Amino acid sequence: MEQKEKLLEIKDLRVYFEIAPSRMAKAVDGVSFHLNRGETVALVGESGSGKSVTSLSIMKLLSIPPGKIVSGSIELEGKDLLRLSEKEMRKVRGDDIAMIFQEPMTSLDPVFKIGDQIMESIIHHQRISKKEAKERALELLKLVGIANPEKVIKEYPHQLSGGMRQRVMIAIAMSNNPKVLIADEPTTALDVTVQSQILKLMLKMQDTFNSSILLITHDMGVVAETADRVLVMYAGQIVEEAEVKEVFLNPQHPYTKALLKTMPSLENNVRRLLSIPGNVPPSHQFPKGCRFADRCEFAMDICRDSAPELESVSEGHHVRCYIPFKKGGEAVDKEQRSVTKSF
Amino acid sequence: MFYYLRRIFLLVITVALVSVITFAVFQILPGDPVRTMLGTEADETQIENLRNELGLNRPLYQQYFDWIGGLFTGDLGNSIRFSMPVSDLLMERLPVTLSVASMALVIVVLVALPLGIFVARRQNKVSDVVLSSVTQLGMAIPSFWLGMILILYIGMNVDFFRINGYIPWSESIKGALSTLVLPALTIAIPQIAVKFRYVRTAILEQMELDYVRTIRSKGLPEKLIVYKHILKNALIPILTIFGLITAEVVAGTIIVEQVFALPGVGQLLITSISYRDFPLVQGIVMYITITVVLINFIVDMLYSVIDPRIRLR
Ligand SMILES: Nc1ncnc2c1ncn2[C@@H]1O[C@H](COP(=O)(O)OP(=O)(O)O)[C@@H](O)[C@H]1O
Ligand SMILES: [Mg+2]
Repeated sequence: MEQKEKLLEIKDLRVYFEIAPSRMAKAVDGVSFHLNRGETVALVGESGSGKSVTSLSIMKLLSIPPGKIVSGSIELEGKDLLRLSEKEMRKVRGDDIAMIFQEPMTSLDPVFKIGDQIMESIIHHQRISKKEAKERALELLKLVGIANPEKVIKEYPHQLSGGMRQRVMIAIAMSNNPKVLIADEPTTALDVTVQSQILKLMLKMQDTFNSSILLITHDMGVVAETADRVLVMYAGQIVEEAEVKEVFLNPQHPYTKALLKTMPSLENNVRRLLSIPGNVPPSHQFPKGCRFADRCEFAMDICRDSAPELESVSEGHHVRCYIPFKKGGEAVDKEQRSVTKSF
Repeated sequence: MFYYLRRIFLLVITVALVSVITFAVFQILPGDPVRTMLGTEADETQIENLRNELGLNRPLYQQYFDWIGGLFTGDLGNSIRFSMPVSDLLMERLPVTLSVASMALVIVVLVALPLGIFVARRQNKVSDVVLSSVTQLGMAIPSFWLGMILILYIGMNVDFFRINGYIPWSESIKGALSTLVLPALTIAIPQIAVKFRYVRTAILEQMELDYVRTIRSKGLPEKLIVYKHILKNALIPILTIFGLITAEVVAGTIIVEQVFALPGVGQLLITSISYRDFPLVQGIVMYITITVVLINFIVDMLYSVIDPRIRLR
């Protein structure tokens, strides 16, 4: 990343759901981040932290109601998507920004052939003939590592495995050279062996098309394999943001540290399913202090009294926590040491 | 291929089962056709003679196999009341009933399908309330009453319509229409009122599914999403509904033929039941059964055309 050029910039995005009259679930609550051209940014957090709502908001695919974008802007090359009409937004979807989803089993239309589903997106955006679109579809299938595109193009989704379908999804997503690819947990539903193939494929596609990727995941292992930069999300907010190395070697937020601990250990090669004790607070009644305080082993009085802001600890490393800024704090040193050791 | 074989097998089994039941029911039912025919004056020997003549004294299984064998050759025996072959009677009446039924069906499809799609795309609280009242009304209205209302307010006032009897298509197309449209509407209106909501539900259910989100993410226009993707997927449940509607429409002809004095199979059924004309009743019931079973068979075949997943099973 020699020169950093901001491609997509989200500022102060707030997305609420009206779950009962005048009871708002603040699914996304003041999220700001950006994506540079050609960069892979991972958005991590436990389920329910607001990752999918964030990504669907970028695509403007959120169902409104019950959802409501309360404030913020989503700028793609300086153009605010939130101000676009539905018609203008359709030109962006599938063309400038493409998306792949978690469930390869259900994300394709069951009653249309794979070929049709790739071609229709190409024809719609590039206005080319059916024959040319078919050529392109075959090319794309080959590119995503499908050995017999001529056959697959005539098949229906149920005839393919989960991994194959996700490859098809990637082919559809890349069909119009998108500037941004949003992948919402693209490997979560797949076998472990297939997972890393799909991740590698996404990175290869990124190289081929020079796209940026916003990769949503709850798996720190996936982050380590793919990301340039990491956004850690908790209860509708970004709680830490840093380069990938910095996150793994020098995590600052107790939540980030906890997430790292849930990673399966590489030494004994077992996939342990670890989770952080406690629950994400319900998004309609966040505490007035830090939203992680109740689950945080280092919580101090101030944490429960007032909510910390996202602040910079070093160049490009931001954290929403009081602890790193507590001068000479014991908690900092002790915890820092133990984490670096265990990593 | 296995799918088709299995469907055909099921078809045969269903028809066979219904034929047994139909046959058995009329053996159990009170009332003796011979006594009905001969009246109260008849003496026992007369009755016995006629029973022998009609073959009613043979063992039941023999009567059944005779009858069922006749089904294949088109010989359903003779009507007791009309003293003519049941199959001739059916052939005479069938065109009327099938005309009413198919016209009603076409009206239902042409209205309920677009209406269901329309309301699915424009849903809000007010329209939901209006629509469910329409459905309640549609379910509550008895069809003979609706038929009479149509006769009173449309049949009597619009010169085009005749409210009595039937004019064959071969005689005059306009004439046939003038006798068939109101009966068809009588059957169709309550069907539309109830079934368009099923269409709406089928469409709305599809809209929630993951694949629709994928198509939206490709930037395709809403019209294409609804009429190409959602409709084709929703056609699977919708087809089931229309199979149901067809069966109900066929049943609906029975009452409507009474109201509009149409000489159809339904009318024949009602008179033949009151006359204990068992061969005729059995023939008609078999006709209704075979129609309904055939419709279900066609629906099943259509499923496999629409849904590639079914072909494999
Ligand atoms: N349609 C909806 N109606 C009400 N609440 C919703 C809806 N979709 C999401 N939410 C709320 O938004 C929060 C974030 O959800 P989501 O973005 O799906 O989380 P993640 O993708 O990180 O697992 C959840 O707490 C959920 O309750
Ligand atoms: Mg999610």
